[in-house]
Amino acid sequence: MMEPQKKKIDYNRREMPKQPAEIRRHNFSEVALGYPVETAVQEASRCLQCKKPLCVAKCPVEIDIPKFVKCVAENDFAAGIKILKEKNLLPAVCGRVCPQEEQCESTCVMVKKGGQIAIGRLERFLADWEAAQDKMNIPEIPSSTGKNVAVVGGGPAGLTVAGDLIKLGHQVTIFEALHKLGGVLTYGIPEFRLPKAIVNREVDYLKKLGVKVVADYVVGKTRKIDSLLDEYDAIFIGAGAGLPWFMNIPGENLNGVYSANEYLTRMNLMKGFLFPEYRTPIKEHSRVAVVGGGNVAMDCARTALRLGAETRIIYRRSRQELPARLEEVENAEEEGIIFQFLTLPIRYIGDENGWVKEIEYLKMELGEPDASGRRSPIPIKGSETILPIDAVVCAIGNSPNPLIPKTTQGLVIGKKGNIVADEQTGKTSMHKIWAGGDVVTGAATVILAMGAGRKAARSIHEYLVSL
Amino acid sequence: MFKIVENRMIVPNINLMTIEAPLIAGEVQAGQFVILRANDDGERIPLSIADWDRAKGTISVVILTIGGTTSDLAAIQVGKNIPTAVGPLGNPTEIEHFGTVLCIGGCYGIASIYPIARALKEKGNRVIAVMEARSSYLLYWEDKLEKVSDRLIRITRDGTKGYRGHVSKIPGIMQEAREPVDRIIINGCTFLMKRSADASRPYGIKTIVSLNPIMIDGTGMCGVCRVSVGSATKFACVDGPDFDGHEVDWKELLQRRKTYLKEETIVSETSRCEDHALKTRDEAL
Repeated sequence: MMEPQKKKIDYNRREMPKQPAEIRRHNFSEVALGYPVETAVQEASRCLQCKKPLCVAKCPVEIDIPKFVKCVAENDFAAGIKILKEKNLLPAVCGRVCPQEEQCESTCVMVKKGGQIAIGRLERFLADWEAAQDKMNIPEIPSSTGKNVAVVGGGPAGLTVAGDLIKLGHQVTIFEALHKLGGVLTYGIPEFRLPKAIVNREVDYLKKLGVKVVADYVVGKTRKIDSLLDEYDAIFIGAGAGLPWFMNIPGENLNGVYSANEYLTRMNLMKGFLFPEYRTPIKEHSRVAVVGGGNVAMDCARTALRLGAETRIIYRRSRQELPARLEEVENAEEEGIIFQFLTLPIRYIGDENGWVKEIEYLKMELGEPDASGRRSPIPIKGSETILPIDAVVCAIGNSPNPLIPKTTQGLVIGKKGNIVADEQTGKTSMHKIWAGGDVVTGAATVILAMGAGRKAARSIHEYLVSL
Repeated sequence: MFKIVENRMIVPNINLMTIEAPLIAGEVQAGQFVILRANDDGERIPLSIADWDRAKGTISVVILTIGGTTSDLAAIQVGKNIPTAVGPLGNPTEIEHFGTVLCIGGCYGIASIYPIARALKEKGNRVIAVMEARSSYLLYWEDKLEKVSDRLIRITRDGTKGYRGHVSKIPGIMQEAREPVDRIIINGCTFLMKRSADASRPYGIKTIVSLNPIMIDGTGMCGVCRVSVGSATKFACVDGPDFDGHEVDWKELLQRRKTYLKEETIVSETSRCEDHALKTRDEAL
């Protein structure tokens, strides 16, 4: 009898097609185009189906990765999306914006040879496949437990909590401060990286599951947490990002100096790039400097570029230390963003009408590693340089939203203005109140907020069934 | 959706709009504001809440028709809805027993100073209300302000009613009346607040102004409303809108408010007749 032939391991990670840089730098359509069916099947077929998969352990929302990948390999997309959605309510979003290279894909056994399975792309493929079928698979909801949960904030954390709890039979109401749901997915991440139609679709899915949504409702202002406590059995606070950080250098309040939050909100939530059809204006700038090196900085720079400005990223460390996803850095480079590394702004200089016209910066060199483990930047004496620009976007982070901490007595607040919550359960210092996402951690990623939402939902459910 | 139950021009170019918003009406206190959108592709603009009826569940704002969104709002018919009315935002004006308080309102600020004067009066203060407008035909709510003040002073730029000139006359008027003032509260355009704060500075009277920088979300997220107060940067939407008028960097605020002047002009130039004609045609079809 012949031994069955051992299948040769395929390390060839399949590329995902993208809009060419020359074209996409002039439009706001999505950059990455997604796998065609055959490519997705080929990519999924490479998976070794490890008995003890290391990828799952690195997924903040615990998706059964080998199982859904196997479904793709077997052309059973309907089964694949079902598995995904058991754990992840927002697969079309996560497939696009999760840092898979640091999570699931980083522990794939094939990573050493650069052949790690493109889990994120496959996740996206399934979500998009489902959307293209034009019929949403609505899971059966158990009969109502009669318990009411208020979710404060309709961003990634809140949407996850809402989805998890509604599927367990609880009644859920989301209170959103803005006029549209999605949080950072809506106001922050640009159309070319995450089309808003996708966010809307995922929100619609939750509504179909029975989640109630109240927009234009600022908890802490329209109603205080205390008064919600009378009506709801549990409250989850996922109020998200708050006031933007600036560097406290001269000239930051000049006209033409934006926070990343403002710049992106004007563009994404308010559709500034369609002004005057949409009434929120955005200025035409010709030379834009974006300060910072994270994903938000990349988003701002690539937005400014698409509006026609010569755009540069100003970052105080080197390329190696950029906190942004490599994929986004490469996209930005291809599109023609100028990267000015080892550069620290020290002053913005204004014209006679109060508009920023120049940036003064210092050149840096890298010294010993600091607390973050990255080599710390040290200013080079006498390296002051002045560069003409007409807009600055400061993308160096933000603090948690201040409204609920300010208006809720008895809630323990951390040093950075964050709500203190247990890492494993999301429980806060107050009875019946959980919290998660940026309002707890400060600015972080979509998937971490979703992971926090998942843990909180589990804890809330345990509490509700114990009543 | 929020239903418009009243929308009429009370003096040329200024509209009084009353909106069904029971939650806001239940919570609002003097000095707070609301963010409105006129339509689905509209921008979010902050407006002071000028009055409310908790029983009926309505709030009122007074709108100076000056740009695209304010024009859109002024044109909305009673019975129609607006997509966004969110609030009450900002911190309420500090209301204590101060003694004698001068409540100054100019232009749209005449309306927003009214609930502040009312609250101060209820707290037992002696309230001197001051209303300023370019001309007598632009004064409104005289009866309402009269009811909540011990004295009502009118100032018109052309002298057609009350004193002639600008609120910078106030120190002189106070001298004339020989009555000590313990606090001044000013609502109105940035220029009026600056002039008034400048006028009261030599007397060392605590002067509170309600700032009106550009805002987007109004909930402490975007940071466009930052103002320099003393040596610190403050965010008007969550730290304000009330600040010490003697500490505000007025030059910076006036400049920042002009950021989108050119774009506002584009809206005014392109969206009036054509837009209106198109919309009317759509409705006819």
